[in-house]
Amino acid sequence: MPPMMSMADDAIDNLFSAPPKLVNVGLESFAEELTAQGVEVVQVDWSPPARGDARLADLLSKLSW
Amino acid sequence: MSMILNQVRRGYFLDSVALMRISRTVAGLDGVEEAALMMGSPSNLGIMCDADLLDEVGRAAAGGDLILAVRAADQAAGEAALAKASDLLERRPSAAGTGNTWRSKTLRSAVKHLPGANLALISVPGDFAAAEARKALRAGLHAMIFSDNVSIKDELDLKQEARAAGLLVMGPDCGTAIIGGVPLAFANVVPRGDIGIIGASGTGIQEISCLIAQAGGGVSHAIGVGGRDLKAEIGGITTLMAIDALACDPATRHVVLISKPPAAEVARRVLERIGASPKSYTVCFIGAEELDLPANARAASTLKAAALDAMQINALLGTVHTVTVPDARAGSIQGLFCGGTLAAEAQVIFRAAGLAVASNAPIPGIEPLAGSTALHRLIDLGEDEYTAGRPHPMIEPAVRDDVLAETLRDPDVAVVLLDVVIGLGADEDPAGHVAREVAGRGAGGPIVIASVTGTDGDPQGRLAQIEKLRAAGIHVAASNADAAELAVACIGAGA
Repeated sequence: MPPMMSMADDAIDNLFSAPPKLVNVGLESFAEELTAQGVEVVQVDWSPPARGDARLADLLSKLSW
Repeated sequence: MSMILNQVRRGYFLDSVALMRISRTVAGLDGVEEAALMMGSPSNLGIMCDADLLDEVGRAAAGGDLILAVRAADQAAGEAALAKASDLLERRPSAAGTGNTWRSKTLRSAVKHLPGANLALISVPGDFAAAEARKALRAGLHAMIFSDNVSIKDELDLKQEARAAGLLVMGPDCGTAIIGGVPLAFANVVPRGDIGIIGASGTGIQEISCLIAQAGGGVSHAIGVGGRDLKAEIGGITTLMAIDALACDPATRHVVLISKPPAAEVARRVLERIGASPKSYTVCFIGAEELDLPANARAASTLKAAALDAMQINALLGTVHTVTVPDARAGSIQGLFCGGTLAAEAQVIFRAAGLAVASNAPIPGIEPLAGSTALHRLIDLGEDEYTAGRPHPMIEPAVRDDVLAETLRDPDVAVVLLDVVIGLGADEDPAGHVAREVAGRGAGGPIVIASVTGTDGDPQGRLAQIEKLRAAGIHVAASNADAAELAVACIGAGA
């Protein structure tokens, strides 16, 4: 087996083996189009976190999810 | 005398595409001169101020506030427009459609609500995209980051974290992907097939996948990697993972790799990895002239050549129309492109024809536009100088209107070369928009040549879009490369 074969992870195999199931964070039109195609998608009701402070939001994402 | 009326909704967020749709409707109302709904960020305030849309109410808005702004012929029309805007905000359809109105408050609860969720599509403003992508990775999701304006350091951090977890990060600035037959963001409805695509370019993936479909083939997966993945700073992390993943994918027979010319060290590593893959490859480093490829890979200089090579055919068969070369004439060719890689592909063809051409996004061997005296120009309208504060021209075709109108009036222009990109995410009728702009040109104006990147499976329908262009007297070629070649043929000895 060539060395790169071992790098392909199960998670990517899983992504390729069936239509993806999506979490959409952002433009709602993307979720609308996916739903119209019969794709499973959940829209996150996103608004700028940390009162719009991008640096603080970035820091928070590193502490937890 | 015009009236400016503003309303501000404190702490109300709506995404830019949803706001653009409402703005368009309101701007089209009787008595309304201009209208915009925008979040109150400093840059948006500047844009609205320049457009003479702000009063003291709007000027006091903060970044997290939504501004509804109209300039109308009189008070009554302005008030009616604001009422309509408010109504449209209240009646906004659910993102998940009529059958499923539930929205998750957080990414964490979305994952709980959708067992087996495996991919996050992230299109929040760039300042916040890395944070959302990090949350997605830590929830075990692959991430497609559509957002741009993510720092290269954040991109590297995210891709390293993802690689350690065996997850793919597509992007940032990844406009197009097709995974498991599902077109994501700006992608086209193409049949499933045995050709995989790895692309650092959204419109490059779109053109190749659509030409493969036009030639009777199909796509297994198209993996967008983001425009900077093959730069030295990132080292091709996602590209290398995609090569490995497609090596193991039983649905993929052959792979097309499309990118701008990578950093030399990254190119070496990528080509080495391709050489170890059991799949055959077509490599299109658009603009690169010399490639030292492994035995299982072939080079293609254009997107069209890449699609034909992947299909192992010599020509696009079964195309629905033939284009005759219009009378040759002297003058310049002006290319006005929505797709950056489509502009790059045209440059490859002009360069091969030996034409003096300049571009605002030049490939190797082409002059930068600034200060150039080259006769011909190929412009990427998706570049920052055209899109600052405005949607990308693939979402809002009106971005091309001013420069197109000016070009059509220019007596020194012999040929106008255009792309029309359809598919999911794109405007609902870009060809109709172009046709209306072009139909108004006077007799004796330039020859207009276009191509349509898309399929008949797309919501706009490729054939229907082609017919609209032809009805406006536009010559429609079978591909972007064919359109560029036709433009070159048109000027003939006049070059």
